[in-house]
Amino acid sequence: MKILVPVKRVVDYNVKIRVRPDGSGVELANVKMSMNPFDEIALEEAIRLKEKGAASEVIALSIGAAASQETLRTALAMGADRAILIETAPGADIEPLAVAKLIAAVAREEEAGLVLCGKQAIDNDMNATGQMLAAILDWPQATFASEIRLEGGAAQVTREVDGGLQVIGVALPAVISVDLRLNEPRYASLPNIMKAKKKPLAIRPAGEFGLDIAPRLTVVTTVEPPARKGGVKVGSVAELVAKLKDEAGVL
Amino acid sequence: MTVLLIAEINGTRLEADATAKALAAAARLGAVDILVAGEGVSTAANEAAGLAGVARVLVADHAVLGRQLAEPMAELIAGLAGRYTHVIGPATAGLKNILPRVAGRLDVMILSDVIGILDAETFERPIYAGNAIQTVRSADPIKVATIRTAAFAPAPRGGSAPIEAIEVAPAASAASHWVEDRLSVADRPELSSAGVVVSGGRGVGSKENFALIEQLADKLGAAVGASRAAVDAGYAPNDRQVGQTGKVVAPALYVAVGISGAIQHLAGMKDSKLIVAINKDEDAPIFAVADYGLVGDLFQAVPELVERL
Ligand SMILES: Cc1cc2nc3c(=O)[nH]c(=O)nc-3n(C[C@H](O)[C@H](O)[C@H](O)COP(=O)(O)OP(=O)(O)OC[C@H]3O[C@@H](n4cnc5c(N)ncnc54)[C@H](O)[C@@H]3O)c2cc1C
Ligand SMILES: Nc1ncnc2c1ncn2[C@@H]1O[C@H](COP(=O)(O)O)[C@@H](O)[C@H]1O
Repeated sequence: MKILVPVKRVVDYNVKIRVRPDGSGVELANVKMSMNPFDEIALEEAIRLKEKGAASEVIALSIGAAASQETLRTALAMGADRAILIETAPGADIEPLAVAKLIAAVAREEEAGLVLCGKQAIDNDMNATGQMLAAILDWPQATFASEIRLEGGAAQVTREVDGGLQVIGVALPAVISVDLRLNEPRYASLPNIMKAKKKPLAIRPAGEFGLDIAPRLTVVTTVEPPARKGGVKVGSVAELVAKLKDEAGVL
Repeated sequence: MTVLLIAEINGTRLEADATAKALAAAARLGAVDILVAGEGVSTAANEAAGLAGVARVLVADHAVLGRQLAEPMAELIAGLAGRYTHVIGPATAGLKNILPRVAGRLDVMILSDVIGILDAETFERPIYAGNAIQTVRSADPIKVATIRTAAFAPAPRGGSAPIEAIEVAPAASAASHWVEDRLSVADRPELSSAGVVVSGGRGVGSKENFALIEQLADKLGAAVGASRAAVDAGYAPNDRQVGQTGKVVAPALYVAVGISGAIQHLAGMKDSKLIVAINKDEDAPIFAVADYGLVGDLFQAVPELVERL
């Protein structure tokens, strides 16, 4: 069984982003970029499944500008067997619906048995691609996974939900989106980084797929949220209680 | 404009707070029908009908909908969507699972975590953990959106909308099935709707020590939250996580104990009305958003606070 892992190149989670003062967007020039953290977790899980003999091949897939090759090389260094970049114009905004259509096309071509994606890209915070992909493929979905067990053509998935955990079973092929506590992704070792340079990375222009990937949303403006004004430090617990009672009136 | 609002159903119960907050948002767009889907949900339907400003309550009561699995729910909602300009639900884990699938079926984009509605096609939503707010205009014929409940006050009660049962073609698919729920015991206010939240972080140090956080919460009648680090370390269950990828809360009072204040955590609580932070590191970023900051050891400060309250 082939596992397809979509990985997105995003601003590193440690970076405090800057909004351009003219409202035209978030400053991306000279900002550290990394693989979306949830996608590292998805990839780690795919690699472990292959190591356990539950998968034959792990394919990393990214949709984005040429620079996303760097993210795919990281995926190859972690242990993906090969990679595909669906290349889009620099600066183009590829929405989850369009991403899902492109992933679906590759999933069909490759006859993937499982798509393991992140629950959320930490740049746009959509939390949507996996669910849209499952709809387009008409496959079952298991989102927000914190544990995955494959057995007999099905997956048993523990999901993080609002009240705790829910366990569901899905028949394969399926889409599973992963949550933070599924595993701890490995670091790529230096020898594996060297080896990754020789692994296959196919580049295909997005236009080749003949799909409608035009954005449906127009970004009118991007602004900074209202800043919270700094408060005060209190010297003691007694002072804190007094402030809560007398100044804030919340007690 | 006609809006289909998907009620958040937990088992057979209506999640009234989340649904009422999404209703407040939906009502800005036009007449609202509420869909109550599940198995054995007549009580929930009655409760939904009692919310003010509802045109009709549609009830889909069927065994295949019993666990609100994404596949039959999306099937049902996509089937109804053609009669509406908007399909909306609260941004709960349940509807974040379902509504993007509905949008995918309808070939429209999803508007996730909407915090503001400017007009029928223009919405505000946070990106980058809330460090930027984007205003987007949708060109899709049907707008599918999830509403960040912390951004809206709940619609009041006092309505008496008519209730209509709708037929559900039971497309009981073998593709997915429910196995079990392992839910945390809810013996205190629910995190997303609580007026006061006390959260503990890695600084609390252990699961046993987390009892301190609960004692403080009990004194304040508060819900208990946690940072990702505290959840990862097993001090608190996953459903307590507050943040970019956990729950978003905006209580009247948020008390952060032993939490450094990473941007991912701030994303989930910085819209609280009043923030108190207790941390032994005076440079912790949490102090930049705290109205009252106490620099000190939580193992001294929290017991003393419990005593003085
Ligand atoms: C993709 C992604 C998503 C994430 N999503 C979330 C999310 O939703 N929510 C979230 O919270 N985080 C999230 N994080 C994690 C986030 O980046 C931080 O790692 C996390 O919030 C840190 O938790 P913490 O503040 O409890 O721990 P730390 O950063 O380790 O801080 C512990 C604090 O406790 C203080 N302390 C220690 N001992 C004491 C004492 N005795 N008395 C008083 N103070 C003490 C320390 O001074 C320190 O400030 C996410 C990260 C990633 C990469
Ligand atoms: N441009 C992209 N390229 C590859 N995978 C993506 C892309 N965008 C989203 N994904 C995948 O979809 C998941 C959810 O993203 P989103 O729906 O945008 O929050 C991510 O964690 C990735 O696994």
